[in-house]
Amino acid sequence: MDTAAFWMLASLATVGGVMVFRFDSMARATFSLLTSLLCVGGLVVLLGLDYLGIVIVLMMTIEMAIMAVFMVMYMMNPAGLMPMTMIHNKKGAAVICGLLFALLATGILLARWPARKGKPPADPTMDLGMSLMGPQMLTMMTLGMALFATIVATVVLATRRGRYDRFGDDLRSRRADDPVRGGVGR
Amino acid sequence: MNLELLLLVAAALFCIGLFGALTQQSIVMLMMGLELMLGGVILAAAAAWHYIAPAAPEGQVLIVVAVTAMALEMAIGFAVVTALFRSREIDMTDMAAELKE
Repeated sequence: MDTAAFWMLASLATVGGVMVFRFDSMARATFSLLTSLLCVGGLVVLLGLDYLGIVIVLMMTIEMAIMAVFMVMYMMNPAGLMPMTMIHNKKGAAVICGLLFALLATGILLARWPARKGKPPADPTMDLGMSLMGPQMLTMMTLGMALFATIVATVVLATRRGRYDRFGDDLRSRRADDPVRGGVGR
Repeated sequence: MNLELLLLVAAALFCIGLFGALTQQSIVMLMMGLELMLGGVILAAAAAWHYIAPAAPEGQVLIVVAVTAMALEMAIGFAVVTALFRSREIDMTDMAAELKE
């Protein structure tokens, strides 16, 4: 059963990944990527990491839905009604990626992988939580700060008006020039 | 299903993603390539955890880091595309090349 699920998920993940860059339609490319990443989530569940697999599935579903919206917003031909190519240096990239895959495959097949050490915990999710809240707390804190910095950076990048628009070229204006007044003291 | 097979699938995903990241002119499509590469990293980490050191939670932590990197990459990527499109009306990497000057 596991073997059949593995082959189905592995082949779908790979074919889905290839089709991302073969489709003319941006929407189809997005859903092809979603298929590929959902299969990665399925493989992670198959390996016994139920919690992380479900997190990947949920996150990718939402992420690809947002990506589809951005695709339609910014890109020409979102429905793929006419063939188009938006690629450069296809041959060079194919050679680089082919060589890299050959190198990785050789390493994977020739390496002497260590024998399995230890047994999986009864509850891997508990194990992960205890690790993140214990010895890996620094990792967790770093991820938290990175997420917070991302929230701030995305808002700053995406907003139309900067502080120079609001407080003038020399930032000396006492009141912000906002289209809608509000906030403390304004 | 064994470690080698899973790592081969992960390597295939990584290389397909790299091909997309190297060839695509659209910034959004380039981001899709990066997502595929990170998908390969996640699969490789999960396989290594399961087949080499299932008792060590660090393998799972690596997956959490990769999943977070995927989310950050997409959020920042879309914000950069929005800022670029607003200032120059472009969404292609070639047209944004003047930024390096």
